[in-house]
Amino acid sequence: MSSCESSATYTAKDFKSDVKPVWCPGCGDYAVLSSITKAFADLGLKPHETSVVSGIGCSSRIPAYTNTYGIHSIHGRALAVGQGLKLARPDLTVLVAGGDGDGFSIGGNHFLHACRRNVDLTYIVMDNRVYGMTKGQPSPTTESDWDASAMAPPGGTGMTPFHPLAIALASGANFIARGFSGDPNGTAQVIAEAIRHPGFSFVAIMSPCITFREEQREWKNTMRNVNIEPTTDPAQAARRLMTDDGYNCGILYRGNRPAYGKEKKATNAVSDLDREFTL
Amino acid sequence: MTTSSGFGSVSIAMCGSGGAGVMTAANMFLDAAAEAGYYALFGRSSGPQIRGGEAAALVRLGVDPITSVDDTFDIMLAIDWQGVQRFAAEVPLSKNSLVICDPSAGDVPEVYVKTGAKIVHLHMKDLAKEIPGGRPNMIALGAVAELIGIPVGPLTEVLGKSLKKKRADAYEASVAGVKAGAAAAATLDGAKRLAPAKAKDVKRWTVTGNYGAGLGAIRGGVRFCAAYPITPATEVLEYLSGALPKVGGVFVQAEDELASINMCLGASYGGEASITATAGPGLALMTEGLGLAVASETPVVVVDVQRVGPSTGIATKCEQSDLNIAVYGLHGDAPHLVVAANSVGDCIFTTQWGVYLAESLQTACLVMSDQALGQSRAIIDVPADVAFVGKRLAAVAPAEGEVFKRYANTANGISPMPVPGQPGCQYTSDGLEHTETGTPSSQAADHTMQLDKRQRKLDQFDYGNHWATIEGEGDIAVITWGACTGAAREAIARAKADGVNAKLISLRLISPTRPKHLAEALKGAKKILVVEQSHQGQFTRYLRGEYDLPVKPESLSRSGPLPMRPGEIHARLLSMGK
Repeated sequence: MSSCESSATYTAKDFKSDVKPVWCPGCGDYAVLSSITKAFADLGLKPHETSVVSGIGCSSRIPAYTNTYGIHSIHGRALAVGQGLKLARPDLTVLVAGGDGDGFSIGGNHFLHACRRNVDLTYIVMDNRVYGMTKGQPSPTTESDWDASAMAPPGGTGMTPFHPLAIALASGANFIARGFSGDPNGTAQVIAEAIRHPGFSFVAIMSPCITFREEQREWKNTMRNVNIEPTTDPAQAARRLMTDDGYNCGILYRGNRPAYGKEKKATNAVSDLDREFTL
Repeated sequence: MTTSSGFGSVSIAMCGSGGAGVMTAANMFLDAAAEAGYYALFGRSSGPQIRGGEAAALVRLGVDPITSVDDTFDIMLAIDWQGVQRFAAEVPLSKNSLVICDPSAGDVPEVYVKTGAKIVHLHMKDLAKEIPGGRPNMIALGAVAELIGIPVGPLTEVLGKSLKKKRADAYEASVAGVKAGAAAAATLDGAKRLAPAKAKDVKRWTVTGNYGAGLGAIRGGVRFCAAYPITPATEVLEYLSGALPKVGGVFVQAEDELASINMCLGASYGGEASITATAGPGLALMTEGLGLAVASETPVVVVDVQRVGPSTGIATKCEQSDLNIAVYGLHGDAPHLVVAANSVGDCIFTTQWGVYLAESLQTACLVMSDQALGQSRAIIDVPADVAFVGKRLAAVAPAEGEVFKRYANTANGISPMPVPGQPGCQYTSDGLEHTETGTPSSQAADHTMQLDKRQRKLDQFDYGNHWATIEGEGDIAVITWGACTGAAREAIARAKADGVNAKLISLRLISPTRPKHLAEALKGAKKILVVEQSHQGQFTRYLRGEYDLPVKPESLSRSGPLPMRPGEIHARLLSMGK
């Protein structure tokens, strides 16, 4: 098993599996997959010491497409699964990936608490502002007036879109970034930085669904890399995020709160616990 | 006919409004009884408010191990009467009972007067006032101990252990209170006294079912717990939050039950035996995660400390009505393990065994406990240090050029499982139906093969003789589970004294079924009585649906929240034995 020797270095290809993605032609998620595997390789990680955890949805199919350890779990629970894995195995690199529906709708509560808890993992949300797997229903990030869905009322949902980055900041996240699948190299760099960051890091990646939202092809003309220094000041980050039009890419906030979790260290034998019950 | 226990035991209820200190007094009383060589069972009763309101400490002491409440209480001591009427159904009295109360607390409520119990006065408040820092609960403690025959020696020893180091003045006031209470009670009579304790030749433990479940989990190898507090399971979590870090484990308070079970699955995938504990409403939220455990073959243990349902029901009382959701609650064909503790002490063993089974079989295991077991404290013999420690069948990396088959279709259904970090065995654990390698598949052949495998591993495993607790012989077989076991055991002993012989079969392995084993255990039985605490007779239905019973069983099934009492079962056994 020469490929498993610890001294071996791995290329992005080594992090890809042989399983063919179920994604539609033109889906932004192909490029996100490439950015992830490139980031893993650039960081010098080993496939067997890396894991990708997901929930349910198009983008959540991603663990099967990587040659890492992975869990394709249930709808909305990827962050819970990922945090459990990381807390049990601090030595592993844990990447949690999913979509806007999975992460912000059914998984919304876990998102808030993962930001607060600050377990050392990276959460990537491939945001296309639509439910792709169930054929184009509005998601939490869908514009309020978008009504080109069989399930959206005329005129749209009328609900304010969820602002994942601002909510992440308010919930205590310490690394907040946005990427664009149309810029796979830039996104790979952001993901690598996110993985390096100790504690919870959140990367929203705009990843078009041209099957149900053909107008998102235009994102290649509207997304921009802001190339600004990530602020460490939450108040400045709040201003930056609240005036953000959703098209600025880059690392927007980097705080320095220590990561959650203590070192695991046994101080007692199991039989020592008996003493508490002995009369 | 034996109408009351007569098994050398005494049952005492100590009641009072929140803050009166009845729980403190009862705990000390229990410790002193243990010191004097007795066994005991101590259940606490309070409203859903947890603190404040009224509280009753329900203690039964005896010379032999105690695994059930009695039919009636021998002594009811009320420090005051505030809200105490609420316990009338829970603290049944007879004309042989003694009610001890403080005349300054006012009249005895009618509900207790009409039981015909003998009522005597004890000036707890006044006696306490005479002692600097004295408290009525210590007067009560001394009085009750004197009445039933617990010597002052063990009592002061217990007071010393809990108070001396912290506050010498409190210790002295308590000892003086206990002595004053004992002296005052010496003038009273009419109380049932304990038989002399047997020689204290074996070491004893004191444990609650919930702490026991936590200890059993760690003994079984658990090193990760994520959980959300819920009554009456919370003490399992309180125990684990303190104990897990000591043995190198991790405890996380999750944001909800959905997070709890899924964090456990993540940790378990990472190689750590994982557990969570909950009650009915939480279990309902966890069922989707349990399905993932089954499909992805990820070991996980959930302790379900049942309370009264449905919905939020009665959080602080006992019922056995989560059986249906435990066995049938998962969607799809989802074979998994359900085991049940049958005494306070057995919570230790059954949880440990549950961890061992979940790890061995790579699936979800529900450990069924209930409020009566979980929140009761018992004096027990030191439990055996059993060897069940969860161990997974480890994977080895495939040869060069071959793919790793995480879900390999093995003869016994158990597929080798790698730990992340192990080179060459990378795979995706999946709740989607999958092939042997774990690749998602919607093909019929893959689905059938994986379903067969998941069932086969459960059916073929050797569960040894732990599948049930079987005691005695007789024409009647009493099949029961959980907290009803203790009451059934005592009912059978009483019936035997009346010439009716019955065999006790208490199932510990609820699912999968053990048809051959149960058939063997039922050999020679002419009648079957199924005893459970469920309005719908869930356990009776389960047995009738899943087993070919030799005769149609009779069902003794009723709802909570009152505990099953031996007398109810005894009466039925006598009529069946006619």
